[in-house]
Amino acid sequence: MVKAVDGVSFEVAEGETLGIVGESGSGKSVTALSLLRLVPEPGRVVEGRVMFRSQNVLEMDAEELREFRGSDVAMIFQDPMSSMNPVLRVGFQIEEAMDAHHRFNHKQAQQRVVPMLDTVRIPAASQRARDYPHQFSGGMRQRAMIAMGLSNEPSLIVADEPTTALDVTVQASIIELLRDLNRERRMAVILITHNLAVVASLCTRVLVMYAGRIVESGPTRQIFRSPQHPYTWSLLRSLPRVDESKHERLLNIRGLPPDMTNLPPGCKFHPRCRFRVERCFHEEPPLVDVDPGQQARCWVLMRNALKDHEDLR
Amino acid sequence: MKTSAEPSTQLASATDGVLVRVKDVVKHFPVGAGLFGAEVVHAVDDVSFDIQAGETLGLVGESGSGKSTLGRVIVQLLPATSGSVFLEGRELTKLHGEKLRRVRQRMQMIFQDPYGSLNPRMTVGDIIGEPLRNFGLLRVKTGERAVQEVMRICGLNPNFVNRYPHEFSGGQRQRIGIARALILRPTFIVADEPISALDVSIQAQIVNLLEDLQAQFHLTYLFIAHDLSVVRHISDRIAVMYLGKIVELAASREIYPRPLHPYTKALLSSIPVPDPELEAQRRTILLKGEIPSPVNPPSGCRFHTRCPIAQFPICAEQEPPLELKERDHWAACHFSEKVPVAV
Repeated sequence: MVKAVDGVSFEVAEGETLGIVGESGSGKSVTALSLLRLVPEPGRVVEGRVMFRSQNVLEMDAEELREFRGSDVAMIFQDPMSSMNPVLRVGFQIEEAMDAHHRFNHKQAQQRVVPMLDTVRIPAASQRARDYPHQFSGGMRQRAMIAMGLSNEPSLIVADEPTTALDVTVQASIIELLRDLNRERRMAVILITHNLAVVASLCTRVLVMYAGRIVESGPTRQIFRSPQHPYTWSLLRSLPRVDESKHERLLNIRGLPPDMTNLPPGCKFHPRCRFRVERCFHEEPPLVDVDPGQQARCWVLMRNALKDHEDLR
Repeated sequence: MKTSAEPSTQLASATDGVLVRVKDVVKHFPVGAGLFGAEVVHAVDDVSFDIQAGETLGLVGESGSGKSTLGRVIVQLLPATSGSVFLEGRELTKLHGEKLRRVRQRMQMIFQDPYGSLNPRMTVGDIIGEPLRNFGLLRVKTGERAVQEVMRICGLNPNFVNRYPHEFSGGQRQRIGIARALILRPTFIVADEPISALDVSIQAQIVNLLEDLQAQFHLTYLFIAHDLSVVRHISDRIAVMYLGKIVELAASREIYPRPLHPYTKALLSSIPVPDPELEAQRRTILLKGEIPSPVNPPSGCRFHTRCPIAQFPICAEQEPPLELKERDHWAACHFSEKVPVAV
């Protein structure tokens, strides 16, 4: 049995933007899928609760779950092509999403299609509603997916790598769109991504995941200014930045992302950590408060580690 | 009038260190027969520039810009429709057969996909040593030693020479691809998105390796990528492509703070930085519409349909040549002087 996600706890407030960052195998996508009870077979959630307002998602019956997905929460994925039916018109699919839930009657649903496409800034929306998905570009499909997700006015949108397959100018417009929706409609956003810059751009709070665990969490500004987990700190140092002219050498993070079928004992990051101490090899640290609102899972913490490494400060 | 050829001739007279010269290169792909004859994709249209020995030229652009096609045309993996490519003064586009094969030793390519570009049924040693065999350079003993040597240089354990690609991670596979490119001791390497398929924590390892190899073997790189952050980090100069054309070419320390083409400026403004405080102030220039089809590119300046400062009719009618606007700073825009203030 592989524990893709192990003991992850977090909350999202109404209208908040939360980023979940990690590499492949970190468990970030499985975490998101668990929220909606969408973990593919044979995977399952073996322990824990997912509370939406006062209801436990893991205990909902089929009908409650159907209502919850799609009308309370919408999910958008990396590849919008595979999430749409290729033989149905885009407008019809959005209408169908509204008919499936009963927030709007059929007539209202029909009338809402074009305004929804307008909201996500698809030009000539009334004509484009009659197009098929293949007639849309990648960025437009992602917008159409977002329109579909928004059509039932959910209070939370879960976006799993929504811009990874897109060009940078298109990525910028999708981020801008999510930001506006969050501000104007008070819609909470959970953004799952490997891209720390996108998190810095959109999210007020961030969870950093490694080997199925949260290794650091807190307000985005605080985490980026003063990361306390060596993994977060190293990632930030390993990124080239478009605003940096210094031709400085990037920080090498040695080793490989963890193999989830064969995790090391102790801290899961210790094989790659340059600040490890004896204890890290055999005892896994708990996630503890390190600053107001900020937690980290580390025996050492960067504020102590950097005292001995003047060269890295 | 071939004004677009100027960046290569001018730079050539300024310095003699030109390793690769690309001159008036055009690459069109036919896409079936339309009602009025065959249509063509204008993947690369009349592109000229030089690459100096020992430098890294970054080539950036979004999907459909033609950057990968151009990379392949330069190393002669694709024949140019017209135009010439020179390596060390020799015109590759005129070479055929054995002569071209000989020159190929001097230039190698690193691919994006470390999964699809390695034969799964060959051992790592065979993959890395294959170029030696292809060029008849393999002596059993020295060949084996050469393979292990280049593995070590690329950060691979030489004891893994008999393993298969599936036993390696993405980052290690990219190292295998680099070792294979390096074994013939080339002078020029085209790296096409070499890190975009890798995990974030692995990307820096590969970037650092490429930089180390460049210093050690005096390599010249054409570094093709859509990630402008990496390109800024690794490149001495940067060429920006849009719909088959080079729209701007300058030193990276010039082009990032002071782009002279509205497309470059919009592209740079789209890149988030991993700093929430700067992000709160960053203003993105959102371009209208999407990149037009290269089958039927817009008239005049190809960017005019999306340009925030286009003026009509000139921008829709006259194609702006790639001109020297400031010292070593080339841009193809009728109104480049307005870009720093008006966009």
